Amino acid sequence: MTTIEDPAAPIQIPVRDEATIARGERIRLLVRSPGFIFGAILVGFWVFCALFGALIAPQDPQADDILNKLGAPSGDHFFGTDRLGRDVFSRVLVGAREILITAPLATLLATVVGTAIGLVTGYYRGLVDDITMRIVDAMLSVPVIIIAFLAIVARGASRLTIILVIGFVFSMIIAKTVRAAVLSERELDYVQAARLRNERSPYIMFAEILPNVMGPIVVEFTVRLGYAIFTIATLAFLGFGADPSIPDWGRDIEQHYTFISAGVWWTVLFPSLAIATLIIGINLIADALAQTFER
Amino acid sequence: MGRFLLKRLGLAAITLFLLSVIVFFGTQVLPGNVGRRILGPFADQSAVDALNERLGTDRGLLTQYWDWLTGLFTGDFGTSLAQNVPVTELMGNALVNSLKLAAFAFVLVVPLAIFGGVVAALRRDRLTDRIITIGGLSLSVVPEFVSGIILILVFGLWLDLLPVSARAPAGASIPTQLEYLLLPALTLVILLFGYIARITRAGTIEALDADYTRTAVLKGLPRRTVLKRHVLRNSLLPTIAVVATQTGYLIGGLVVVETLFNYPGMGRLIFTAATQKDVPVLEAAVLVVGTIFLIAMLFADLLYSLLNPRIRYSGTE
Repeated sequence: MTTIEDPAAPIQIPVRDEATIARGERIRLLVRSPGFIFGAILVGFWVFCALFGALIAPQDPQADDILNKLGAPSGDHFFGTDRLGRDVFSRVLVGAREILITAPLATLLATVVGTAIGLVTGYYRGLVDDITMRIVDAMLSVPVIIIAFLAIVARGASRLTIILVIGFVFSMIIAKTVRAAVLSERELDYVQAARLRNERSPYIMFAEILPNVMGPIVVEFTVRLGYAIFTIATLAFLGFGADPSIPDWGRDIEQHYTFISAGVWWTVLFPSLAIATLIIGINLIADALAQTFER
Repeated sequence: MGRFLLKRLGLAAITLFLLSVIVFFGTQVLPGNVGRRILGPFADQSAVDALNERLGTDRGLLTQYWDWLTGLFTGDFGTSLAQNVPVTELMGNALVNSLKLAAFAFVLVVPLAIFGGVVAALRRDRLTDRIITIGGLSLSVVPEFVSGIILILVFGLWLDLLPVSARAPAGASIPTQLEYLLLPALTLVILLFGYIARITRAGTIEALDADYTRTAVLKGLPRRTVLKRHVLRNSLLPTIAVVATQTGYLIGGLVVVETLFNYPGMGRLIFTAATQKDVPVLEAAVLVVGTIFLIAMLFADLLYSLLNPRIRYSGTE
């Protein structure tokens, strides 16, 4: 990223191979798009809060203060206090951590499993492909939130259950995307050449095809990360969050939305804005990534 | 055409069967003893055994699955563990209520999103386009409870225009009922707008760039006529097929919206069943939801293939 665009300067094709140029060009386009910059600022802010929220929070997010419960925003409490008198501002800052641990883990699991399934089914096709795709379609015919209900009823709401079920369902979606990309790749010359060289199938799949389908996988990872946050926050809102002792945006909204009719808006508005900005930020990045890879 | 339809129907049937297997064994195998789960850890073992015998949960899993599956075909969806009434009784009203809400949301969102998409396409790459596409996308990725809460705050609390509960008083007139349904429906509109607008925009741009549009323009037809007769006619029909594929998102959205607005539909039924660990209700509801989704997809496929003969003949992928 040291090159500065100068129309008069010669293009340095001879010293860099094509792939590096394409990548450099892509990254340059990416970091210049306003959507990406804005998204990165939003996400960066919440990642910072997830890492250091406990240090910068002005008050203990768990400290009750019954005498000051449901207090409106003021100089002492920028975002007011909740039904137990806890500082909403501090809870919003610290609340970034839990969801920024579970959602990326679930998405990572989904991406690894989904990529493997997509590569194998797309490469071998045939019976395994048919059977897998039918199971995938069956799972995807029910909204993820309802599948999550089934899993939680069966296993109880724990952090692990939530990560596993979201990882599992999303891996199916990612598998479909990767499979579609592999289907068009496997007919290309470089795959035929590798086959003629008698390379083993795992080598062709993971060393030859995989690097060429990384674009869709990166985009898919980002999009799914947004939806993982969407789903985990929704589960927390419905009362299926993991650990009640950790500040959580979704649960804070669930426990206070009945107070809205009494005019208490600050306990729900600020966590809502937190969830919205984080997810919008991730999707702006995903959108910019998708546009860069489409070029 | 007949073969295409048969093949699609067959695939949907297989998918549904697989779903029933996943749902049944997913919920039955994992939690262990059903009687113990209902009665709790301190119940007498003989009471647990008796309950298992009454519920039929002491038999082999395959036998249970077979009975459950054949029951479904005769309209017997089992009995709710929490309320001890037939599942069908619970589901009937809930389905009608959800259908009302969903239909209202669709009636609002489809014209709105198509209009937005067409405007974005006509103003391609300009500010209006950016606002509609990026704004629509951003809104559609926000969880329904967040957009619902913000709608409640703005229209229910600050402007004090609309009721914040979806349930109209008994015997209310249809306009009043719709007034109560407006906020939940708008929440679903926010969820669905972005994608439908995006598809409309893409379809309209494709039609705008097509040769027949250029011919029409060069022929000297007025802009309005070109838009109406050549562009929109070609871009809107595929969009309608795409709308059907949004059913899944809509049903997922209903779970949250109905809970937030306290509306007795399928979504809240599923949510209540999950909190009460009412497995028969949950299983049946999941299958119903899956069936509705598959029918919608089938409908979308069919509509799309009718509009685009190339797909009909080139097999399925």
